[in-house]
Amino acid sequence: MFNFIILTFVAFLCLLPILNLVAVSFSSRSVVEANQVGLWPKGFNISAYEFIFSNSQFFKSLWVTVQRTVLGLLVELSLTILVAYPLSKSNKIFRLRSFYVWFFMVTMVFHGGLIPTYLVVNELHLVNSIWALILPEAIVMFNVLLMLNFFRAIPRELEEAALMDGAGWFVTLTRVYLPLSLPSLATITLFVLVRHWNSWFDGLIYMNMPDQYPLMTYLQTMVLNLDLSQLSSTMLANNPSMLEITGRSLRAAMILACTLPILLAYPFLQRFFVKGMLLGSVKG
Amino acid sequence: MLLPAVIITIIFRYVPIGGLSVAFMDYQTVFSFFEQEWVGWDNFTYIFNLPGFSNVLWNTFFIAVMKIIGNLIVPVAFALLLNEVRHRLFKQSVQTLLYLPHFLSWVALAGVLVDILSPSSGIVNNVLGFFGVNPIFFLGNPDIFPYTLVMTDVWKEFGWGTIIYLAAITTIDPTQYEAAVIDGAGRWKQTLHVTLPALAPVIILLTVLGIGNVLQAGFDQVYNLYSPQVYSTGDIIDTLVYRIGVVDVQFGPAAAIGFFKSVVSFLLIVTGYKLAHRWAGYRVF
Repeated sequence: MFNFIILTFVAFLCLLPILNLVAVSFSSRSVVEANQVGLWPKGFNISAYEFIFSNSQFFKSLWVTVQRTVLGLLVELSLTILVAYPLSKSNKIFRLRSFYVWFFMVTMVFHGGLIPTYLVVNELHLVNSIWALILPEAIVMFNVLLMLNFFRAIPRELEEAALMDGAGWFVTLTRVYLPLSLPSLATITLFVLVRHWNSWFDGLIYMNMPDQYPLMTYLQTMVLNLDLSQLSSTMLANNPSMLEITGRSLRAAMILACTLPILLAYPFLQRFFVKGMLLGSVKG
Repeated sequence: MLLPAVIITIIFRYVPIGGLSVAFMDYQTVFSFFEQEWVGWDNFTYIFNLPGFSNVLWNTFFIAVMKIIGNLIVPVAFALLLNEVRHRLFKQSVQTLLYLPHFLSWVALAGVLVDILSPSSGIVNNVLGFFGVNPIFFLGNPDIFPYTLVMTDVWKEFGWGTIIYLAAITTIDPTQYEAAVIDGAGRWKQTLHVTLPALAPVIILLTVLGIGNVLQAGFDQVYNLYSPQVYSTGDIIDTLVYRIGVVDVQFGPAAAIGFFKSVVSFLLIVTGYKLAHRWAGYRVF
């Protein structure tokens, strides 16, 4: 019983801030300014959302985020599989394995850091290109390890049979290993999707034009760097519906609009990632 | 098969490591990389003499260590609590809610936190006010700010952290519990004498591997929550590198701080791996 109360309480502690945010985003100016909004909207209106969706920058940034997420997923998934598969073999089969293990291990323990990485991206003329958001983080060793441990748990006999039948390594990978690895592929897919959707810092430093900012970078510059109370007063003149919005509502609505896909998607994908994490990490 | 990944790794991981030589240059952005003037250890002398640099080091260390401890204890506690729940639907809904903050970026969460922690209109201070507590400047008071960082970080990650412990609990041999029951142990004693000892290796392993993170105080979080009034206790290495390197465009000194951080982190990570190997037989590959 003690258990039940604590867990319910803490679970609500995780949910309440979001509910409060939803309430603020839909509430009218007078109620928000009088600080009377709890968990349910008062003076229900959607003008904050109308304002956000009337801004073309929101959709431009959304498009950048969708692009980087889809391209990033394709690149990262392929690279992760291509690294994890050979490294999951024993030293006997793959002679140079130790060398490559060290090669990738070094990147886990030693980093060049912000400035040198920026200089490299700059020298390659990738600044302002979508690839600057994809390539520098294209191989995450944690995901490689997850995949690698999963591959190891697949019985070797399957591979031996395929090789005996004349399949090459590549065919064995695509026809035998990948179809058996769906849980861990799903897990890694989720990690990559969430990471790309949530990344903002690379957009800030690699993109010069606000036009090219991904959604989270746009959110970051709007929500945290701009004083929205000033912003709304200058825009009041040409947009009378602004009368109903406060900076707080606008900010709340903006945060929700930018994170909605994740809020909606993750509960349904939960069983995949929990399962994938278990299979990849515990058996390793 | 490895070729594409090897090329990408060389370009975006190994070349930047070589690029740390910027730390020994008086880097001027108008010249190319190979036309820069070498200045030896000047950048290092400069940064170590910056007022407040030792302060930044201490802040980084303090915040990071507190986070490591918090993110160790709280998830274990909740994994144990969740493990006792028999009702499947309840357990799953609780888990779903606990994972929620993990999936939101610090940008969005910072927006949320600025709103709910506001001393004048935030819901947290409203609730505290109800109990007669004076408004607390969670994000503006330098004495409180580091703890706000630690608490919000634990709040974001503890649910996610329970996954690994719940996984470890499922691998415990049920006969151990049966034996404990026969010996007259209640649920509490079973937790104390069967579950916790079984979790000990995982806890030790994660702690030891956590050693490598003592200079990772969390750039995304700090950058989105801090303000000049809390620099004295909230400024960390990564935010300092950002301000010196990106805002002030002083590439040399910024790279020097990065170099220093990389070397120290490297030593810590290697130590952590060595200890993990010795105590828990852990190998990365």
